Amino acid sequence: MDKVTTATEAISMVQDGALVAINFWGPGSPKYLWQALVDHTAKDLSIYTNNFWAMPDDIKAIVGPDVTSIADKTIRYITGFADVKPGSSATCDKIIQRVHEGSLKFESLSHGIFMDKLYAGAMRLGGFYSPIGVGTVIEEGKEKRVINGAEYLFESPIIPDVGLVKATTADTLGNLVYTGTARGANPVIAMASKYTIAEVFDIVKPEELDPERIGTPGIFIDKIVKIPEDDLQSRQRRMELVKLRIEYAKALEEQKSQGDAT
Amino acid sequence: MKDRLTEELVAMRAAKELKPGDYCNLGFGIPELCASCVADGVVVQSEVGVLGYGPLYDDDEVDQMNPDYIDAGVHFFRYLPGMSFFDLQVSFAMIRSGRLISILGGLQVSEKGDIAVHNKGEEKISYRIGGSVDLAWGAKRLIVAMLHNTKAGVPKVVRDLTIPATARGCVDLIITDLAVMEVTGKGLVLKEVAPGWTPEEVIAETDAGLIVAADVREMEF
Repeated sequence: MDKVTTATEAISMVQDGALVAINFWGPGSPKYLWQALVDHTAKDLSIYTNNFWAMPDDIKAIVGPDVTSIADKTIRYITGFADVKPGSSATCDKIIQRVHEGSLKFESLSHGIFMDKLYAGAMRLGGFYSPIGVGTVIEEGKEKRVINGAEYLFESPIIPDVGLVKATTADTLGNLVYTGTARGANPVIAMASKYTIAEVFDIVKPEELDPERIGTPGIFIDKIVKIPEDDLQSRQRRMELVKLRIEYAKALEEQKSQGDAT
Repeated sequence: MKDRLTEELVAMRAAKELKPGDYCNLGFGIPELCASCVADGVVVQSEVGVLGYGPLYDDDEVDQMNPDYIDAGVHFFRYLPGMSFFDLQVSFAMIRSGRLISILGGLQVSEKGDIAVHNKGEEKISYRIGGSVDLAWGAKRLIVAMLHNTKAGVPKVVRDLTIPATARGCVDLIITDLAVMEVTGKGLVLKEVAPGWTPEEVIAETDAGLIVAADVREMEF
């Protein structure tokens, strides 16, 4: 049972119509696997992601694909946070047009509900009642129930066909160690998904990881991919990416628009 | 036109609500600016998965940054003794536990304490909800730090929301570039006004009923 493979090989089993979950927040975003998914042929995908941050096309060309890069092969986005700015890129405008035409579904959750649904999926629950969003747009179309005098909304679980996660280090059995704010939704995506691929900076022998420090036990990980050292996402080159990101943030600041505060 | 407070001064006034030992979360917009002026001993949480993080780095300190230490708004922070990391499940359990004081920005706040943090624009296909629904619902105390009026001059403190609510009946205190207002069972109480402004002038810029506190005073920072 060798779990260690390449991104192309691991992603090749993603089929048409798959529901793919990915953590797009903080340093724990599996961008190397995402690139492989964008390059893969599977279509009619549903993407379950905590953040939908659309980058301008020129910046994508430098730092790699963003969440919109897969839009042409996607029929549904379910997001915890989404910022779809008209006019920000040709990709964004096309997404907006497709949503209005009905060929792409776009669903907004909150960050907390995004996690709840994955947890319910991981625990194989039939659903759950949540107090979050009562009296707001979140309750649209949801069953409401009064429990102990308070109103709750019914939420359904999510069991992704494929989960893409990122950790700092894996051993060859798939045990994962996370660092800093790179945990994100990765542990729960790994538990909820039917097939989970992990990208890591380093792969070590089992005896090299401290069992007390394992963030995700290897049973949840089906494939392990090491980010090549010459890739922008690698440990060796990630500070370059940080610098690019700072430049990107500066550019964003300059074109600061919208009245929304989030 | 009378001078209004700068966003930095609004943030400074909001930061004064936080005392050593308080746990807090600072939302995007004006609340983010509070980070540089909170008192020592205030424990700041970022929903991406860190509690008790240190001051942020400036962009030109890139060589000192740890690429694993990134907050929810993609800022790089310093280590602080007592800091802890966790995943998003733990983070949102924390947020909903009623243990954090939450400072959020806002598009509109009603006199009943309803808040709208995001809107569905004409061409927008999605709400920019994020963590705000969870933060507003679960806060020990919800403080809104925002500008009093829109760029077009329309009041943001209103009788009833005219845009979709993020959470209802959750707001405790509203701090703007003109005033400090407290949501109470009797209605919205005007407690402080910006330097140079009278309660009547603030009322004229507000769409909600305001009860002027007997001891209404000038904002301090």
